[in-house]
Amino acid sequence: MSKFLSKQDLEEYRKKIINSRDPNKIIIALCGDTGCQAYGANKIADAFRKEIKAKNLQDRVELKITGCHGFCERGPLIVIYPKKIFYQKVSEKDVSEIISESVVNDNVIERLLYVHPETKEPIVKEDEVPFYNRQQKIISGMNSVIDPTNIDDYIAIGGYSALEKALFDMDPDSIIEEVKKANLRGRGGGGFPTGVKWESCKNAPGDIHYVICNADEGDPGAYMDRSLLEGNPHSVLEGMMIGAYAIGSSEGYVYVRNEYPLAVENVNIAIKQAREYGLLGENILGTDFSFDIKVTRGGGAFVCGESTALMASIEGLWGEPRAKHIHTVVSGLYNKPTNLNNVETWANVPLIINKGADWYSKIGTENSKGTKIFSLVGKVNNTGLVEVPMGITLREIIFDIGGGIPNGKKFKAVQTGGPSGGCIPEEYLDTPVDFDRLTELGSMMGSGGMIVMDESTCMVDVARYFLNFLKDESCGKCTTCREGIKRMYEILTDITEGRGKEGDIELLEELGWVVANASLCGLGQTAPNPVLSTIRYFRDEYEAHIKEKRCPAKVCKALIRYEIDQEKCTGCGRCRINCPVEAISGEKKKPHIIDQEKCIKCGICHEVCKFDAVNII
Amino acid sequence: MDFSNIDRILDKYDRSPSGIIRILQDVQAELNYLPRDVLKYIASSLSVPLSHVYRIATFYNAFSLVPKGKHMISVCLGTACHVRGAPKVLEKIERELGISPGETTEDLEFSLETVNCLGACALGPIVVVDGEYNGEMNVSKVDELLKKIKQGGEINE
Repeated sequence: MSKFLSKQDLEEYRKKIINSRDPNKIIIALCGDTGCQAYGANKIADAFRKEIKAKNLQDRVELKITGCHGFCERGPLIVIYPKKIFYQKVSEKDVSEIISESVVNDNVIERLLYVHPETKEPIVKEDEVPFYNRQQKIISGMNSVIDPTNIDDYIAIGGYSALEKALFDMDPDSIIEEVKKANLRGRGGGGFPTGVKWESCKNAPGDIHYVICNADEGDPGAYMDRSLLEGNPHSVLEGMMIGAYAIGSSEGYVYVRNEYPLAVENVNIAIKQAREYGLLGENILGTDFSFDIKVTRGGGAFVCGESTALMASIEGLWGEPRAKHIHTVVSGLYNKPTNLNNVETWANVPLIINKGADWYSKIGTENSKGTKIFSLVGKVNNTGLVEVPMGITLREIIFDIGGGIPNGKKFKAVQTGGPSGGCIPEEYLDTPVDFDRLTELGSMMGSGGMIVMDESTCMVDVARYFLNFLKDESCGKCTTCREGIKRMYEILTDITEGRGKEGDIELLEELGWVVANASLCGLGQTAPNPVLSTIRYFRDEYEAHIKEKRCPAKVCKALIRYEIDQEKCTGCGRCRINCPVEAISGEKKKPHIIDQEKCIKCGICHEVCKFDAVNII
Repeated sequence: MDFSNIDRILDKYDRSPSGIIRILQDVQAELNYLPRDVLKYIASSLSVPLSHVYRIATFYNAFSLVPKGKHMISVCLGTACHVRGAPKVLEKIERELGISPGETTEDLEFSLETVNCLGACALGPIVVVDGEYNGEMNVSKVDELLKKIKQGGEINE
């Protein structure tokens, strides 16, 4: 492959790829994202390859291993193009039937179709599935169409045409103007206007400017950045190239979380291919613009998602944030002007350049434009990644797209914004989701984690969970964060273990105020949010723990006990055999009992009982 | 001690102090932990104080100063896994192996660690064993899983 030396080279190559592809060729797009791999997608891929070879169908069908399609709950997923037949929960043993029925013949295998939960009708096409048809996948939609390890796939769908437009039809100032006009706001959590950031960085004095892609997605329960980097890495790189050109940077970094091996692999492949094609390196497409990107793996520290800590980490130092009296756009990496944006923000850029700010700003609300990808997880039927326009309500996301709460349980709260965010109760479900409204509710957009909780989730336990996380992840620089979070955690532990006392709630509020106001970086400043928001909306639950020594959700071990319902118990002995501490006794076919002295409340008896006879009291 | 493999890694990053995290990551991947002598060797090779290397090695979770077991068990404690019962699964594994997260069994067979989200939340609770994901875990599945690992180990040998 020779490098593209001009715009024409790239355009001719694009035509060549498109012309060489048979639009009628059947493509089996198998999701090969981390989630579906965990379900066994690799084995399915091998089975397809074997079957296609065995039946000598290489000319008629192509297997494409793609990034995340979004509907993780139903993985492994395949979509068969051009008809867009959607098969879910596919396994190795279905492969030969799929080939013979849906490739060789023109039949649909009903067993593998998604069944509409209400009408009970099977749905054939991907875009008719309720989970998908309410989404607006302008950023993540290409994930299920392209092979992320093949740059030609990206070029065939128009990839790098925004870069061309930026380099040949626009100048740095007009690019920044366009991004400002689109009112793109940072998707990493802060929501800062991207164009304004670029402009400040461009205007900062200095011969070297850096751009960074923050892929240190540390919020537990959020994985949209991972899926973009795994599924469509070139869109992120293209965004970075445009940003670098606008700012005047020739060196970029992608800082990826250590726990995402596939994302590291795919982004490295993408960079290598872009270099081979001359899209990265010296004199890109024959212009004066030179730019290259390096990948840095994180070391497993949540605080490195904070911009100054991240930059310290790239420099080979411990990830301690510094005060931002001087912003990183003026003095960041190696004390040079540095522009840092999150993965999803970068992925928005090519779209804005290609389609224009007017088109882009029609999507969303007044102050939050475009779409947002959320990872909808927890106690929800349709776990997965959803991309929706800003302004959609939480209810639409959780109930219409997410399919509501499993097992007929009642919705309790949704946690947004990760450990820095808060829990939002049912009465606010009709709130339109955008940066400002979520902040008003005491939570935040964050990077887009959305964890649904049902009536069996204890809100005090959830608050304690987040503080446990933050206590471990605090870098220790500020006393209020290092000690304050720990003390708050201890108070919450006391409450969940039955040692709560009058005044604890007020003390938590006071401590929370101090931690938020006297800590240097975002980690400490937002750390009390999970506690303060649960106190705000679920104070009665805290009070039940403290005053009545009762956990209403029946989660906190010290406040519950397991008992066997003498009516329901059949004496099958399953609980007795499985009990790790021999606390259960009883004769065969006669009701069993639990010795409360011996019981360690591990919950195994409750889990293994087939007759629902073990109650939590 | 032979440091030739360490030299190779140091050279890969041009013996530059700013490459120290990547150097330690590669060493960790190769040796499974960061032995004291190696840290000293890296410090002198990069002309930085040992305290600097030690500070990096103890700041980031990816590094371990003690040897890890043959099998690595990682229990995901991300929020989605947490609300779906991951703590119970962790407790069960702790009880079965007699170790807490961060520890290794005396026979160096198992190391146990917790991670904060692997981004495969649809499958929660997740337990990763030697890179292989086991989804939708519950306490009853733990016995089966541990048995499988132990047997697998014997077959491989």
